[in-house]
Amino acid sequence: MKELVVISGKGGTGKTTLLAAFAYLAQNKVLCDADVDAADLHLILDPHIRERHDFQSGHTAVIDPDACTGCGFCRDICRYDAISPDFQVDPISCEGCGVCYSLCPEKAIAFPLNTSGEWFISDTRFGPMAHARLGIAEENSGKLVTLIRQQGKALAENKGLDLLLTDGPPGVGCPVIASLGGATAVLIVTEPTVSGAHDMERVAQLAAGFKIPTMVCINKFDLNPEKGTAIESFAAQKNIAVMGRIPFDPAFTKAMVLGKTLFEYNGDSEGAAAVRTIWEAVANRIYDMKNRGRP
Amino acid sequence: MVISVASGKGGTGKTTIATSLACSIEGDVALLDCDVEEPNAHLFIHPHIHTVETIRTPVPEVDMSKCTLCGKCSEICRFNAIVVLGETVLPFPELCHSCGGCMLVCPENAITEKGRELGVIERGTRNGLEFIHGKLRIGEAMAPPLIRKVREFTRPGILTIIDAPPGTSCPVIAAMRGADFVLLVTEPTPFGLHDLKLAIGAVNVLGIPCGLVINRSDIGDGRVRAYAEAEGVPILMEIPFDRKIAEAYSRGEMLVEGSGEWPSRFRELYGRIEMIVQESQKKRNAQ
Repeated sequence: MKELVVISGKGGTGKTTLLAAFAYLAQNKVLCDADVDAADLHLILDPHIRERHDFQSGHTAVIDPDACTGCGFCRDICRYDAISPDFQVDPISCEGCGVCYSLCPEKAIAFPLNTSGEWFISDTRFGPMAHARLGIAEENSGKLVTLIRQQGKALAENKGLDLLLTDGPPGVGCPVIASLGGATAVLIVTEPTVSGAHDMERVAQLAAGFKIPTMVCINKFDLNPEKGTAIESFAAQKNIAVMGRIPFDPAFTKAMVLGKTLFEYNGDSEGAAAVRTIWEAVANRIYDMKNRGRP
Repeated sequence: MVISVASGKGGTGKTTIATSLACSIEGDVALLDCDVEEPNAHLFIHPHIHTVETIRTPVPEVDMSKCTLCGKCSEICRFNAIVVLGETVLPFPELCHSCGGCMLVCPENAITEKGRELGVIERGTRNGLEFIHGKLRIGEAMAPPLIRKVREFTRPGILTIIDAPPGTSCPVIAAMRGADFVLLVTEPTPFGLHDLKLAIGAVNVLGIPCGLVINRSDIGDGRVRAYAEAEGVPILMEIPFDRKIAEAYSRGEMLVEGSGEWPSRFRELYGRIEMIVQESQKKRNAQ
């Protein structure tokens, strides 16, 4: 089974819109929304939820005021300044390290497991989907990303499907790192701007560290063709395969407003033609990897 | 005053707003780019960087000549960052959250701390604007400790504008906590609306007053505006889509560069923020 992870570095370059369009074009696949922090793919794919599970991860310290003698040891050892002078734990500051819980001389600290989100197995008009919702202000999004990708893979295996299309998170930190391990290939969606170029270079460096074959495509290419061409030259130097250019096309936003993929809205648009070409190039590459017996 | 510019959804124009606001206000202003995973503000500000500092977080180092393999260190570690393996103790520094628990419980005092590089903080200036940003080391997972380090450079009495990362989880919280105001930037699309709801949820958890900038305000639909009105979140500025703005952005030019109405519009925006912050402080004092 192959997994294509779509990432971008910079947010808002069109990852989710492109992935939804790929969902329309690709065969025999499972969809996976690994941008658990601000998941949007469901707004286009309109999943029918079949399974709903709590995501439990991490702990938060809670001090029992009746058992606490106010000795202050927990405040001395807490490195996150999470305990107030009147011995209340601030759950946002608490890192969940459990050092206070383990070492409180009065055993006055409880350390319950957090429920920090939900994850779902769903059906969509384009096939099965694994997705999640991280609770607001919660931690451990990397763990939820890992879990949701595992669920996506299990779904594909159970149903005999051979492709996992994963919508990845922006940035280069914990959730992105969790979205890359073990992927067959990554596609970076960027834009021809100073920010797009800068952020693409950073996330490409991250993918290179994982030794994952990397591809790039440039959205809204005609906004700045000079910058776009510079990004393509950079990619060529770094052995990143250039998959194509997508023009600035209002059809993308119009399709999104209607909750449709670009092809359902207008398959004849300029943008749709470009996305089709890119998908064919990406799919060829993924199958080529298969023929070579790559992981 | 500290104003954190955040968004939920990425690519809605946080950096555009944060840089333009920082460059429009007269007097002492600092811009802190806390999007340490993908910092971009410097591409528009072009600061003269005068100080570069490597930021490290403590991780354990075991002196095997003292270690008796008792296993207390791995027992207390919640992050599987230190493991007794046969005749040795193996720290996994990249998993370590720097809680110091292993060092505290080691009966032999065999554990000391060394640093794991989180990234760098660069400080500089441009035309009197103070500029500070963090750059997360590629491969480093934990952004919040570096964000908190960047924010330690906040100086009291100075208007501080924070460019926050996208999303609603721990890095965003680290960039919004303790701010006097959160300026949310969104676009009027279904993705923009969905992520705006999450961002407002996060702001409410922190109990900070907020207001909204709607960027590319004439694309998409009217649902963001309706939602903001229903929630009582004031819409402080609207910027229609303009291909010229998008092209200037692509070249690294700020909205407020050159002559035009933008600097005065951003000063007006700041004036409205000041009023909201004063009102909310009055309310808090009255309670």
